[in-house]
Amino acid sequence: MTALTDDTLPVTPRAMRDEMVVFVVMALLLASVPYTGVYPFFVMQALCFALLACAFNLLIGYGGLLSFGHAMFMGTAGYCSAHALKVWALPPELGILVGIAAAFGLSLITGYISIRRQGIYFSMITLALSQLLYFIYLQAPFTHGEDGIQGIPQGRMFGVLDLSKPTVLYYVVLVGFLAGFLLIYRIINSPFGEVLKSIRENEPRAISLGYRTDQYKFLAFVLSGTLAGFAGALKVFVAQNASLTDVHWSMSGEVVLMTLVGGLGTIFGPVVGAFAIIAMQQYLASFGQWVTVIQGSIFVICVLTFRRGVIGEIAHYFRRSL
Amino acid sequence: MQALYAQLLVGLINGSFYALLSLGLAVIFGMLNIINFAHGALYMMGAFVAYFLLNNDYLSIGYWPALLIAPIIVGIFGMILERTMLQWLTGLDHLYGLLLTFGIALIVQGVFQNYFGSSGLPYAIPDQLKGGMNLGFMFLPIYRGWVVVFSLIVCLGTWFLIEKTRLGGYLRAATENPTLVRAFGINVPRMITLTYGLGVGLAALAGVLSAPINQVRPLMGADLIIVVFAVVVIGGMGSIMGSIITGFALGVIEGMTKYFYPEASNTVVFVLMVLVLLVKPTGLTGRAA
Repeated sequence: MTALTDDTLPVTPRAMRDEMVVFVVMALLLASVPYTGVYPFFVMQALCFALLACAFNLLIGYGGLLSFGHAMFMGTAGYCSAHALKVWALPPELGILVGIAAAFGLSLITGYISIRRQGIYFSMITLALSQLLYFIYLQAPFTHGEDGIQGIPQGRMFGVLDLSKPTVLYYVVLVGFLAGFLLIYRIINSPFGEVLKSIRENEPRAISLGYRTDQYKFLAFVLSGTLAGFAGALKVFVAQNASLTDVHWSMSGEVVLMTLVGGLGTIFGPVVGAFAIIAMQQYLASFGQWVTVIQGSIFVICVLTFRRGVIGEIAHYFRRSL
Repeated sequence: MQALYAQLLVGLINGSFYALLSLGLAVIFGMLNIINFAHGALYMMGAFVAYFLLNNDYLSIGYWPALLIAPIIVGIFGMILERTMLQWLTGLDHLYGLLLTFGIALIVQGVFQNYFGSSGLPYAIPDQLKGGMNLGFMFLPIYRGWVVVFSLIVCLGTWFLIEKTRLGGYLRAATENPTLVRAFGINVPRMITLTYGLGVGLAALAGVLSAPINQVRPLMGADLIIVVFAVVVIGGMGSIMGSIITGFALGVIEGMTKYFYPEASNTVVFVLMVLVLLVKPTGLTGRAA
């Protein structure tokens, strides 16, 4: 089996420095958004999807596991956060925690089941599990079926941050995104992340070196699912609703597309991909179903000609890991 | 009891489609090492081709010729896909095949949705198969009985072709070791193309069969393919007969669930998948993947 990335570069101090420079530039750019006149709602939405794509990328790009059901974590966390905020009237910070806890629980269960099969079967199992959840949420009373949970109060975070003000909400989402991003960056560069990459490159060899690869993959799955849940919980505050679209397989497909466009197994790729795809949806909204056709075409083009993705190509050109 | 038998029949019909689709997936996976995500979209295309053939003023080709023509047309479309796109993925990680065919599925479904919306188009049952028979214990609509019998014949025919004929022997040999088979002077790339055409043709045939029952809709294959994936996970893709039996069996179980506990009829296949994975992770006909 050929590896996903054909040019794995060693982690040198220089590479670390490059990545930190790009990170700081990204953080500054994002922090200046409210002063530029760019529609903050669009950027907030993109940030939530960017975090989701980064979490997904942790699994595929570094663990070699293609999950085709990552929307289930986002959707589940969204529903649970929304329910906690609206029905239980919990403050925002606890609402987010409820969502994260739900995604954590779900990833424990689904990870335990899906990690039993590898490669292509893993993708089919995660897809089937997310479809199972979709039907459960369709029928469960607390999700309100087709309508979804609407009109979710945004509230005051920690009693002081008024999330109904767009600028405050924007910075809260941004801080959440950056925290999640740094956590993923830390995981990738930890000893655990190194073992994960070795499993991706050559699992039998990792096993022969004495690593219990199933446990590593399971942990990666749980981390990825929980972080995806965090993204879903943040999205509740931006969209102020939680609906079935967030658990549908087409959403899982979009996450895959974002990561593929940006670059599988790159650190910044999923962020770029998420912004690109969300922007595309925004500008092409009037084209109706042609958006689906365009997304499909991007899939085809990426797979056939552009497998490294945007950031992957740039990194390859400069011989850097980004 | 009437209702039970009726659901049993619905289950057998769904089982026919699961069997035809998972059979095609298994054949394609054996040769191309690709999980064909576009299978549901091509199933839908089969139904639409039959619809066009009938409703085009110049052609107005009926059900019986469509049963042959639609799979051939969609099969050729599939072979073009294989020649122009899928063949470039040889030697790459499996997941790229999944992503590429997912993209193809989005394109095909999106195009049809643009022109036909999401509502269903009716396709009439052919005159010869209209009406029903009273079997004493239940009323059997002839068309539904025909779908089950005909699907079973096609499934067994495919099994015979692959397991018992010389051509099937080449195919199985090429699945095991393509390089060696090429060394014997057999054109393996052409065989791969034809295999993809065959698998896709089976999906299109299922589409034509389902057109009078389920109506013709652009998204008719989108959710079905996910159930078929679960069927494939349960049965494993190692054996042709395994796919056929698993397909029919799961259809029947699903039909039974509709009678005894309708709330779970959408989810029962997925729940069974989870149970099988917990008990026997390699699937029922179990080769490890």
